[in-house]
Amino acid sequence: MNLHLETKGLTRIYGGLHAVSDVDFSLERGKIHALIGPNGAGKSTFVGMVSGRIPASSGTVMFEGQDISNLPAHKRMRRGMAYTFQITAIYANLTLAQNIALALQDRNRDKALTALKRIGLEDRIDQIAGDLSYGHQRLLEIAMGVAQNPRLLILDEPTQGLAESEIVQFQTLIRSLAGDTTILLIEHNMDVVMALAEQITVLNMGQVLATGTPQDIQSNAAVQAAYLGTE
Amino acid sequence: MKTHLLHLALIGLLFALGFILPDYHQGNFSRIMVLAIYAMGYNVMFGYTGMLSLGHAMFFAAGMYGFGLSVQLGDLGVIPAMLLALLGTAAFAALVGALSLRTIGVGFMIVTLMFAQAVYLTILYAGKYTRGDEGFVLQPEARTIAGMALNQPDIRYFTALMLFGLVLLGTGLLVRSNFGSVLVAVRENEERTRMLGYDVIAHKMGAVVVSGVISGLSGATYAALFGYVGASFATVQYSIFPLLWVLLGGMGTTLGPFVGALLMFYLIDYSSGLTNAYMLIVGVALVLLVLFARAGIIGEIRKRWVPWLP
Ligand SMILES: Nc1ncnc2c1ncn2[C@@H]1O[C@H](COP(=O)(O)OP(=O)(O)OP(=O)(O)O)[C@@H](O)[C@H]1O
Ligand SMILES: [Mg+2]
Repeated sequence: MNLHLETKGLTRIYGGLHAVSDVDFSLERGKIHALIGPNGAGKSTFVGMVSGRIPASSGTVMFEGQDISNLPAHKRMRRGMAYTFQITAIYANLTLAQNIALALQDRNRDKALTALKRIGLEDRIDQIAGDLSYGHQRLLEIAMGVAQNPRLLILDEPTQGLAESEIVQFQTLIRSLAGDTTILLIEHNMDVVMALAEQITVLNMGQVLATGTPQDIQSNAAVQAAYLGTE
Repeated sequence: MKTHLLHLALIGLLFALGFILPDYHQGNFSRIMVLAIYAMGYNVMFGYTGMLSLGHAMFFAAGMYGFGLSVQLGDLGVIPAMLLALLGTAAFAALVGALSLRTIGVGFMIVTLMFAQAVYLTILYAGKYTRGDEGFVLQPEARTIAGMALNQPDIRYFTALMLFGLVLLGTGLLVRSNFGSVLVAVRENEERTRMLGYDVIAHKMGAVVVSGVISGLSGATYAALFGYVGASFATVQYSIFPLLWVLLGGMGTTLGPFVGALLMFYLIDYSSGLTNAYMLIVGVALVLLVLFARAGIIGEIRKRWVPWLP
């Protein structure tokens, strides 16, 4: 097994609340790995600590064989990660071209067009990003993550608020990256999870409840009780 | 390209005005161009990077005193004194940046305000050299470059124009550079920028130093051209002026600082001829601005008619 990312004992405490507690997690290179769990399970906090956005209370993060626990977020991104936010975070006052250029770290217009083509927004390249529909803004954020050309792409509920057709577009985009890019996907939509994920980890109350293939997870009784059953 | 042509056109216009303006207005314009340099410096930090400083007079004063004391006490010529002042201001700005950048939002404003107050008090405290509140006059003999007397109105005007032009073209290059686009990104969404892999603190540091040095250049130039160095230039009032100029002209536009400084100067000039309560008129103008032209004059023009304006 070729490990791309590994966490050991990763913990985040807010006041007295163990938002994430002692999580050991590993991610295989090139795989699409879904992270699921009920609201408040600690999914965003966990990926926040992986990406460096949220400081860990304790524990370590290994990325491509190196301990990155003490690196600030921007250095982790420079090492080949990209991160999309649960709450859309784009440059609302800038054009799509400018948004993509910042992600590419390159202002070449053709490259921006190519990146936008992947989500079908190439015709809107000169529009202001904040004028896009909500779904298109989310797609733009995903396109920015992809444009960074990361080896590990972390997506926090990317399909939230997308229309059915946009979800299809999203799935196509993610499949086109499979193999080259490792994907850590937080997702509530179980259809999307089942369609894309090769591995699933279930988080509940800050702890790992189960990890396995989609089949394993679907038949896991504890998961049924804690999560799938309550949906 | 359009950006630079536009800037060159303004410089050309000001060049022509240098020959036709009546003496009184020529003098005003010299002063306005020097103050516009200050506003352009402020704009790099406030307008482009989104960092609100309430203490920029410390950089203006650093340049002014750096230059003035080098000439007065160090007997240096104008150009070496100018270079020394700029180096000193750069080092000072880096120090201020290093100490203030860990704070954000309101914290940053307060820290800049405090630093500026410390600089002001230092100037008063070192009264033996700075002559405190009263300040000191730089003799005309000390203010010459290669035999040209900087107190001579034409030379003063064109010297001011040359430096103004350099800074204007420089900010044009800056905002069109990769560095400049990252500054805008920091302004628009700091967290997103960090998570795209940019070192936000380093970019802010760059903005503070560039902004500080340009502001210092303005202070040094003011002393060189007008021959006076005084603590009033280090007061809160002089920290607020560039903020007002930039808001009036348009934050985050390259021409806004000049337009704002020009209008504010003539607004004060004109209204103080009418009434003692001229600050009231300035206040009313600012309220109108907030109500009807939030983006400032150039900002509104950009928003409504000319989207490519830098
Ligand atoms: N900044 C914070 N301060 C205090 N508590 C927080 C903070 N951020 C998150 N929490 C708490 O930590 C727990 C985990 O939150 P987190 O956002 O990681 O959950 P999640 O699994 O991403 O949920 P969702 O599916 O709703 O996005 C929640 O109980 C939340 O209220
Ligand atoms: Mg979440």
